Amino acid sequence: MTELICIVCPRGCHLQVDPENGCRVRGNQCPRGETYGRDELINPTRMITSTVRIKGAMYPRCPVKTSAPIPKHLISEAMKALDGITLNAPVKCGQVVVENVCGTGVSFITTRDMQQL
Amino acid sequence: MHDLIVIGGGPAGLAAALSAWENGIRDIVIVERDKELGGILNQCIHNGFGLHYFKEELTGPEYASRFIDMLNDTSVKVKLDTMVLELTPDKELHIVSSASGYEILKAKAVILAMGCRERTRGAIGIPGTRPSGIFTAGAAQRYVNMEGYLVGKKVVILGSGDIGLIMARRLTLEGAEVLACVEIMPYPGGLTRNIVQCLQDFNIPLYLSHTITKIHGSPRVEGVTIAKVDGQRKPVPGTEQYLECDTVLLSVGLIPENELSRKAGIEIDRRTGGPVVYENLETSVEGIFACGNVVHVHDLVDYVTNESLKAGKSAAEYILNFNDPTGNSVSPEHSDISDIRLVNGVGVSYTVPQLIRIPKNLMVNSSLSISDPDIELSDQLQDVEVFFRVNRKFGRSRIGVSLAGNELARFRRERLAPGEMEKIRLPKSLLMKCLQLGLSEIEIYAVDEMTGQASADNANETKITAVSQDSARRIQIIRQDR
Amino acid sequence: MKKTYDVAIIGCGIVGAAMAYELSKYELDVVVVEKENDVCCGATKANSAIIHAGFDPLPGTLMAKLNVMGSRMAKEISQALDVPYKQIGSLVLAFDEDDLKTLDVLYERGLLNSVPGLRLLDRDEVLQMEPEISPNVAGALCAPTAGIINPWEYGIALAETAVRNGVELRLSSEVLSIGQDDENWRITTKSGDVHARYIVNAAGVNSDIIHNMTAEPSFSIRPSKGEYFLLDKSEGSRVKHVIFQCPSKTTKGVLVSPTVHGNLIVGPNAVPSERYDVSNTSDGLDYVRSAAMRSVPSISFRDNIRNFAGIRANSDNDDFIIGISAPRFLDLAGIKSPGLTAAPAIAVYAAELLQNEGLALSRKSDWIGTRKKVRFSELSVEEKNRLISENPAYGRVICRCETVTEGEIIDALHSPIPARSIDGVKRRTGSGMGRCQGGFCGPRILEIMSRELGIDPSEIIQDREGSYILTGQTKKERC
Repeated sequence: MTELICIVCPRGCHLQVDPENGCRVRGNQCPRGETYGRDELINPTRMITSTVRIKGAMYPRCPVKTSAPIPKHLISEAMKALDGITLNAPVKCGQVVVENVCGTGVSFITTRDMQQL
Repeated sequence: MHDLIVIGGGPAGLAAALSAWENGIRDIVIVERDKELGGILNQCIHNGFGLHYFKEELTGPEYASRFIDMLNDTSVKVKLDTMVLELTPDKELHIVSSASGYEILKAKAVILAMGCRERTRGAIGIPGTRPSGIFTAGAAQRYVNMEGYLVGKKVVILGSGDIGLIMARRLTLEGAEVLACVEIMPYPGGLTRNIVQCLQDFNIPLYLSHTITKIHGSPRVEGVTIAKVDGQRKPVPGTEQYLECDTVLLSVGLIPENELSRKAGIEIDRRTGGPVVYENLETSVEGIFACGNVVHVHDLVDYVTNESLKAGKSAAEYILNFNDPTGNSVSPEHSDISDIRLVNGVGVSYTVPQLIRIPKNLMVNSSLSISDPDIELSDQLQDVEVFFRVNRKFGRSRIGVSLAGNELARFRRERLAPGEMEKIRLPKSLLMKCLQLGLSEIEIYAVDEMTGQASADNANETKITAVSQDSARRIQIIRQDR
Repeated sequence: MKKTYDVAIIGCGIVGAAMAYELSKYELDVVVVEKENDVCCGATKANSAIIHAGFDPLPGTLMAKLNVMGSRMAKEISQALDVPYKQIGSLVLAFDEDDLKTLDVLYERGLLNSVPGLRLLDRDEVLQMEPEISPNVAGALCAPTAGIINPWEYGIALAETAVRNGVELRLSSEVLSIGQDDENWRITTKSGDVHARYIVNAAGVNSDIIHNMTAEPSFSIRPSKGEYFLLDKSEGSRVKHVIFQCPSKTTKGVLVSPTVHGNLIVGPNAVPSERYDVSNTSDGLDYVRSAAMRSVPSISFRDNIRNFAGIRANSDNDDFIIGISAPRFLDLAGIKSPGLTAAPAIAVYAAELLQNEGLALSRKSDWIGTRKKVRFSELSVEEKNRLISENPAYGRVICRCETVTEGEIIDALHSPIPARSIDGVKRRTGSGMGRCQGGFCGPRILEIMSRELGIDPSEIIQDREGSYILTGQTKKERC
């Protein structure tokens, strides 16, 4: 039995996941906790949030995130994909910055509008 | 004269202005000191916002832009890059900006939504030298996320507040080495999920019941001495260890920003650091409302939003009544005799609201027939949501509500932690009971059902519950053994 | 081409700055060499910020004479040079019979030193004047001429005035050795040699080292550290006067006082220390806290916003060490408390000594003796609006705690002695002095400095050389 803290929401449910028994999850208070518990044992994933360079905007960096969680072991490789990228203002929220990050099929997308100054 | 001025364009101000708009107020001005709306959310680029309010997980800028977009569909006016220098009790605002110079605005109602500021080194008095390389976590967050600069290479974080935890991950992802997160209390200050995904994911040790006893180096930080602390939070001699680092991040608490409120003569609660508020978020000064972190420091922005929506609605009611004093809406006038005060009992560090106002017209009736069960209450009394924090960790426990020592309501909880805000709903029947008994105080307290103790910190509880068995092997958790 | 100055002043703390100010009145080529990257970085920026009335020094000493004279001058100069100063008066508290006897002694000394307006107060009078003072008080000595000042701004104003009147200032120029070329001094500094006919040694905590470069050792500096609390403005009106305790055989006592910024300052202790050790210790702070509570039990130390420590340039001599110790070499050494108060008087006296040593003093006709700076928060609404319409930068508040505008920060970056660090800006404008301690305005000031000075943000320093703030940029650029 593996004990986990669910990180899906701030509630932080204490999960017990049974690897013997088809990764049955207990202690979750919502269905997302069940998914998290199972995934965390089989294929743990995380959202990544970071920034990329941007020119011509109010600030020199634009925030980005992965459009979906990616495998945890790919985090540092995925971060490298953001080096060397420079956007030009204006950008809209949700714009794709890097496609198919590390072959995951997931993209890095911007998380805000940035006007051109 | 404007109908409503909202001070601050962060999450609280945005929601409050929107809510006032939705409740029929049209002449609204938001005064924001920064170059754009959104407040601190703009630098909180991580995700985890909006799960309650939008039922989806957003980053800070995304959460802010939802509200900014909604606001753009209204005629709410926004004054950016404008600082409020003074607020008077008769709701005059002295503001200054490059664009418009020094102006004095007047409003029928004001909503305080200035947020909070970070506690600094001075507030906790860490001995040692005073080199560069000591940042509050929020200041570091701004440098890294908005300005694009790194604040250090080898970092020790003091305090386990959420911003500190988030920055531990953020700095690690940007190539810095975070040596440790050091927390003086026997439990973490931030949310459990952040312990998992910001520290454990990156094998960053969390030292509970430890503190930095000395900062070394000049002109830049060269290291820190950390030591274990005892139950009185005093360093234990002989437990010191030296960590070589070039940067210290402080995540040692937030303080509601109430300089303007204080100068306006608004009563401040020493426990929250924010204004004393009624259940409708009105402060001790009539027509001045407050919401968000200026009232008390929230754990989730979603709750800031909910509170601010309520404040906006209350302000709207106040303004509509102000415009039509003969109308039937609830009188905004304060009436001390009819206030019920919420008192924090053992285990509870504060409550918001602190006061519940009983409508005057009800009181007029009540002097004749308060005990009459037929009295029509539905329009005049409402259930009241009470937010509070506990002052230590609890296992399975109950939150008790008592009148003159008699427990009249109880709420079960599987666990309680100071890092998380709690909420209960006081039924209007309980308020009525309070009135019938002629009482003016309701006490709220927490009791550990396992130990039956309502206070006295249990040393065994210093065990951090956040650690999974797997990660407990991987990371170093220092427990306090007493 | 080698330039020979008439006078080289070593050190630009309050004493060096006052000396430069005084000599700038005369037709002289004067240079000041300073070790740090700004003026007033030693004891001048970390002290009690008090202008003492002058009842403490023993009658007949230089200290007594220069204290009383300096106290008077401080009032005039701060008005002329726009330095925050308030004459709020001081009280020395007595708690027992011994203390009351000490008050009598101090009162007598004060009369001999010609301190104006001294009065002995009984317990009731004290509590009426200062209700927050401990009810254990037995009496007090009141000195109405005592005041509070912004000490580093005082020093900066003196140094700036000197610079505006032609004095040269060489920062980051630590003196390595002093020799002689022909008749003149050759001062070897980290930024090159300086040649001068006369030297004034105002090197503060290092004045013995400088002295020993030219003359036989005759004194030594015994640095003594004092630690302080600076409390939020919410505590600033806890007392209205400078509140001293009676000096005893073991301690000089801890003071509690409002500051000119409206904060409350509490300190210092006195511990022998290294020359540069300005670290805080928990023992020291605990001592200061409990000692201060004896005077004012209600101080809320949870409203502390900053701790700091300063080094007193105490010497093995009871009095100031002021005199010619080698031909054309003047020591202004061991200037301990009340050095801040005495500084301008020391400079006047020192100029006389230089004149006696052969330096010709002839008054400049075009000397500028006034200074005015914009303090946005103190202006009337009309003045604020006029200023903003002339320059919109004055409409942008950068430091929210102390209400400092972008315009004032830009002024500081282009003043006669321009700020070159975040703390340099702080010392000139007050930005970052408040309760958030620069958490909010720090990044914004850094941005303004980078823009105004045309340098990369990662080159901006907090205070002394090497006190870098940022360690590079996030996200590598494409090559």
